[in-house]
Amino acid sequence: MTNTTMGMTLSGVNAIQSSYLAQVQRRRLYGGLALLIFVVLMVSGFNIADDRNAGGFWEGLHQIGDYPADVLSEAWEKRADMPALILRYFPALVETINIAAVSTLIGAIGGLFLSLLGTRGLAKWPRLIPVFRRISDIMRAVPEIVIALVLIFVLGGGPVPAMIAIAIHTAGALGKMFSEVAENTDLKPVEGLASTGATWLQRMLLGVLPQVAPNYISYALLRFEINIRASAILGFVGAGGLGYELRNAMAWGPGRFDEAGAIFILLFGTIVFFDQLSSRYRNRLIEGQNQ
Amino acid sequence: MLTIKALTKRFGDNTAVDAATIAVDKPTMIGVIGCSGAGKSTLLRMINRLSDASDGTITFEDEEITALKGAAKRHWQSRCAMIFQQFNLVPRMDVVSNVLHGTLNKRSTLATMFNLYPQSDIYQAIEILDRLGIAEQASKRAEALSGGQQQRVAIARALMQDPKIILADEPIASLDPMNAQVVMQSLRAIHEEDGRMVIANLHTLDTARRYCDRVIGMRDGRIVFDGTPAQLTTGVARDIYGAGSDFSEAATSTEIETLDRPEVREAEAYV
Repeated sequence: MTNTTMGMTLSGVNAIQSSYLAQVQRRRLYGGLALLIFVVLMVSGFNIADDRNAGGFWEGLHQIGDYPADVLSEAWEKRADMPALILRYFPALVETINIAAVSTLIGAIGGLFLSLLGTRGLAKWPRLIPVFRRISDIMRAVPEIVIALVLIFVLGGGPVPAMIAIAIHTAGALGKMFSEVAENTDLKPVEGLASTGATWLQRMLLGVLPQVAPNYISYALLRFEINIRASAILGFVGAGGLGYELRNAMAWGPGRFDEAGAIFILLFGTIVFFDQLSSRYRNRLIEGQNQ
Repeated sequence: MLTIKALTKRFGDNTAVDAATIAVDKPTMIGVIGCSGAGKSTLLRMINRLSDASDGTITFEDEEITALKGAAKRHWQSRCAMIFQQFNLVPRMDVVSNVLHGTLNKRSTLATMFNLYPQSDIYQAIEILDRLGIAEQASKRAEALSGGQQQRVAIARALMQDPKIILADEPIASLDPMNAQVVMQSLRAIHEEDGRMVIANLHTLDTARRYCDRVIGMRDGRIVFDGTPAQLTTGVARDIYGAGSDFSEAATSTEIETLDRPEVREAEAYV
C-alpha cells in the first residue's frame, strides 16, 4: 500500500500553521473590536435615550407596574360585570378580525402577483423585475398607521381605511416573503408547461403554485396573526373595532378600567386563539411537505 | 472490546435492525455490506447514539453505551467518531475550524462561540490535515473543496476527536473512484497506524474485500454473514443482496482495475 501520509516537508506544514494562526489572531482582533464597539454603542445609546426621556428610565422603573395594577384592581372589583362587558364588546372584536381577514386576503393576492412578477426566472416581464421589487419595498416601508391616518383624513373614520392600509402593507411584506420562496422553486415543471404552449398565468398557476402553496399559506397565516394586532392598533387612530373602544376606555381613566380590562381579555384571548390555530395549521402544512 | 447484543431498532411497524449481535475483541477494520434499506446506517447511528436503540445493548470496554445519557452520552460520542456519506461539514466555515469541531466535547460553549481554540489544537488540526494530504486547503472554506477533499476534512475532524472507534457511513458513496481510493486508504492507514477500530458501511463488495479484515453482511435488518473477506464467496454475496445468478461483483465495482479484469477477482487479503 502506498504511503497515505502524503505530507509535505516539515517546513511547509510550519508555514501553513503560522500563516493560519496569524489569520486566526487577526480574526480574533476584529471580533474583539466588533464586540467592543457593540458594547460602547449599546451603553451610549441607552444613555442618550435615557437623557432625552421626559421622566428618566431608572426613576420610572419602579412605577411600571402601577397602571396595570390600577386596571387589574378596578377590573377585579367589578368582576361581576365582566361577562356582560365582554358580550358588549364582542361585535367590535368581530369588526377587528374582519378588517384583519379581508386585508390579509387582499394583501396576499397582491403579494402573490408582486412576488411572481418580481422573481428572476418567473417574471412575465424580466425587465420590470426591479420595478415590482421597488413597489413592494415601498408598500412595505410605509407604516400602516401612516397610510391609515392619511386615508382616515380623506375618507373619514371607519374600518375601510384601516383595511386598505393593512392590505397595502401586507402586500408589500408578503411580496417579499413569497418571492424568497419562489426563488427556490424548481423551474423544470415551468419549462415543461411552457413547452406545451401554456400562457404565463397557466404556467404560474399549474407549475409554480403547487410547489410554493404550503409555504405561501404558512406565511399568509403568520401575516393574519400580525394583522389582527395591527387592526386593533389602528382602532386607536379612529379606524373602528376593538382598538377604538380600548382607546376610549383607557383615555377616560379610572372609572372605566373594567371596560379596558374586558377589552384586554378579548384581545388577548383572540390573539392566543389565532396564534394557536395558525401555528397548528402551519405545522401540519410543513409536516405534510416532508411526507 | 465492543459487544453488541440483540440490538434492535423499530420505526413503527418496521424493524430496521433486528437483533444484531456482534462481538469485536480487538481493533479491527470491519466492513458492513447490504442493500440500501438493510439497516446498515441505522446500526452505525445506534452505535454513535445519534439514534436510540429500541432493544438490546451495546457495550464498549465494560461500559454500557446504550444506557448513557446527557454529558456521558456526549462524551461517548466524542470517543466514537462518525463520518457521513455527505460529509456533514459546516460549509461556510474554513477547513481548520471544521477539524477543530472534533474538540467540541472538551470545550465550553462560550469559548466555541467566540471561536477560541488553543494554539496547540490549531497546530494539531493542521498536522492531521497534512497527514491526509490537504494541509494546503487549511484556510479555505469547506464548501470550496471537492468531494474527496471534503471527506478527508471529515476524517480529519474524526481524528481530532482522538476516538477509539471510527464509524463511516457510506464514506465513498458520493465520490469518484480515485477519491474513493484515497479515502479508503486513509481509513485503512488510520486503522493500521493508530490502531483504531473502523466500522464502515460500504455499498460495493470489492471495497469491503479489499480494505476490511472482517465483513458483516446485512439483509432486511438481520445479520446474515459475519466472516473474513475470503469466506465471502459469490454465492454468499448473492444471498446478502438477494440477487439472482446474473449478479456479478464486477458490475457494481468502483475500482478502476475492474475495467481491465472483467472476471470477479479471487478474494484476496489486501495489504
